Amino acid sequence: MTIVEIKNLTFTYKGNDEPSLLDINVEIREGEFVLITGPSGCGKSTFCRLLNGLIPHFYSGELKGEVRVLGMDVRKTPTYELARYVGMVFQDPENQLFLSSVEKEIAFGLENLGLPPSEIRERVEQVIAYMGLENLRDKAPFELSGGQQQKVAIASVLAMQPKILVLDEPTANLDPYSSLELLDIVTRLNREEKITVILVEHRLEALLDKVSRLILMDKGRIVLDEHPREAVLNPKIKIVGVPKVIEVYERLKKIGYNFNNPPLSPEDLSNMVHEMVDLHGRHSRRS
Amino acid sequence: MADTVVEVRDLYYSYNSQLVLRGINLEIKKGEIVAIMGENGAGKTTLIKHFNGLLKPKRGIVEVFGVDTREASVAELSRKVGLVFQNPDHQLFAETVEKEVEFALRNFGFEEETIKKRVDWALNLMGLARYRHRSPFTLSIGERKRLAIASILCYDPELIIFDEPTAGQDFLQKERIAELLNLLRTRGKTVVVVTHDVEFVVTRFKRVIVMSRGEIIGDGDIRDVLSNPEILKKAKLVPPQIVKCAWLLSDLGVPKNIIYPEELIEKIKSILGAPYG
Repeated sequence: MTIVEIKNLTFTYKGNDEPSLLDINVEIREGEFVLITGPSGCGKSTFCRLLNGLIPHFYSGELKGEVRVLGMDVRKTPTYELARYVGMVFQDPENQLFLSSVEKEIAFGLENLGLPPSEIRERVEQVIAYMGLENLRDKAPFELSGGQQQKVAIASVLAMQPKILVLDEPTANLDPYSSLELLDIVTRLNREEKITVILVEHRLEALLDKVSRLILMDKGRIVLDEHPREAVLNPKIKIVGVPKVIEVYERLKKIGYNFNNPPLSPEDLSNMVHEMVDLHGRHSRRS
Repeated sequence: MADTVVEVRDLYYSYNSQLVLRGINLEIKKGEIVAIMGENGAGKTTLIKHFNGLLKPKRGIVEVFGVDTREASVAELSRKVGLVFQNPDHQLFAETVEKEVEFALRNFGFEEETIKKRVDWALNLMGLARYRHRSPFTLSIGERKRLAIASILCYDPELIIFDEPTAGQDFLQKERIAELLNLLRTRGKTVVVVTHDVEFVVTRFKRVIVMSRGEIIGDGDIRDVLSNPEILKKAKLVPPQIVKCAWLLSDLGVPKNIIYPEELIEKIKSILGAPYG
């Protein structure tokens, strides 16, 4: 089922001469895990703002073309309606969290929806358990580390039981371990809970083996839209830099080693080499 | 020692009653480019704030260019030590980009002509010349970060400290920062970079200091430190991709301390022999 449909879309922020998004055509299906990447200023964040109606409801400008999320035209749908289906997580969780405890933070959106208290309680408990936030439930968000805050931001969005989760550089301010932990949670939400995930990120190495699709943007346009295994071999990807395992693969290929698919992680590369040894044996020993 | 820029001996520091630095010892020599890594809360930023005297030791000694930081003001140290903060908004306050860069130069009493030259140089270097009359707050976060760097580089300090310069920066901006490090290297500057970016460190640095819970748990050549599983685990660092590959291929005889693509390629070639046609 198509969950996001964008046709011939061009958007120009009010006061700007140049469009920030140019002739975008994209269809995202339910259950996909989409990585959006590209140089700063390429339009990634603007793209995210379309999906929950922040554009055109809060950011004014000229919008041409069509944006449908779960069949709803974002222009005609109020943002609070879209927020039930599209959860947004931003780079800086501090901007998103403002209540006095983690529990209240998670309940906030549900209270806004006017759900009965028993259901609110149930959903809050579910999300706290799922995200492993038991020990933090009574803490104020500002007391938490960046990684913990980002988990709370995701939890408060999850409580709404969204169909789509949109994350705009969620790990930019986290340390490597917290980043991995967060990306693992997002991967689990996609695989186990079947939530469609759209994630903006600069660093490919942590995500290539997790996502089902890579969209590369440059100067407001989508310039590449493929499975990561194909995308990493396209010369256009060079503008965002390729992970070291891809570099090793390409250089080995150039000197005549015939591997099938490019490795998306160190594990992939190791498997490739092991498979080849199993197949042909170790030449260095023989010769 | 004449060529020692920073010397830290048995440094302790606490916020309120919480000990954040516990017995730090290190020495940085003139011309060294050093990375400092470790998880959030490890004490990295607290440590570098001692290098320009923003913080003074609770116990132990910090000497910068031979001066005990307890006996010098931040203003005196700042002339030779530039610190670029992680969040540029903690540093920027002038009305225009140009005035932002001029500020320190005026403070240090440079001649008008020198000021003009230095401002032009720093703005060009950081790709900000076309923004000179704009307010810093109309710039993107990446541009503000570069402005923060320009406003330090303009007065040509001898020791430059960057706190997380690559956080949130895209590939091209990271390459630019790497170029900048090379430029500083050729000018004989001493540079300290706090960063989480292990791939950046492994390609651009020789020496890395790893911190965990207020202590230095690794200090030396990147090859030894960033391929040491105990250090990485303790500091909650993810190994560089090539190191991870080497570990996974160690059963085929690949040494576990390989860090560069070309080394890995050589090892794979010798495992597989000549390629099949």
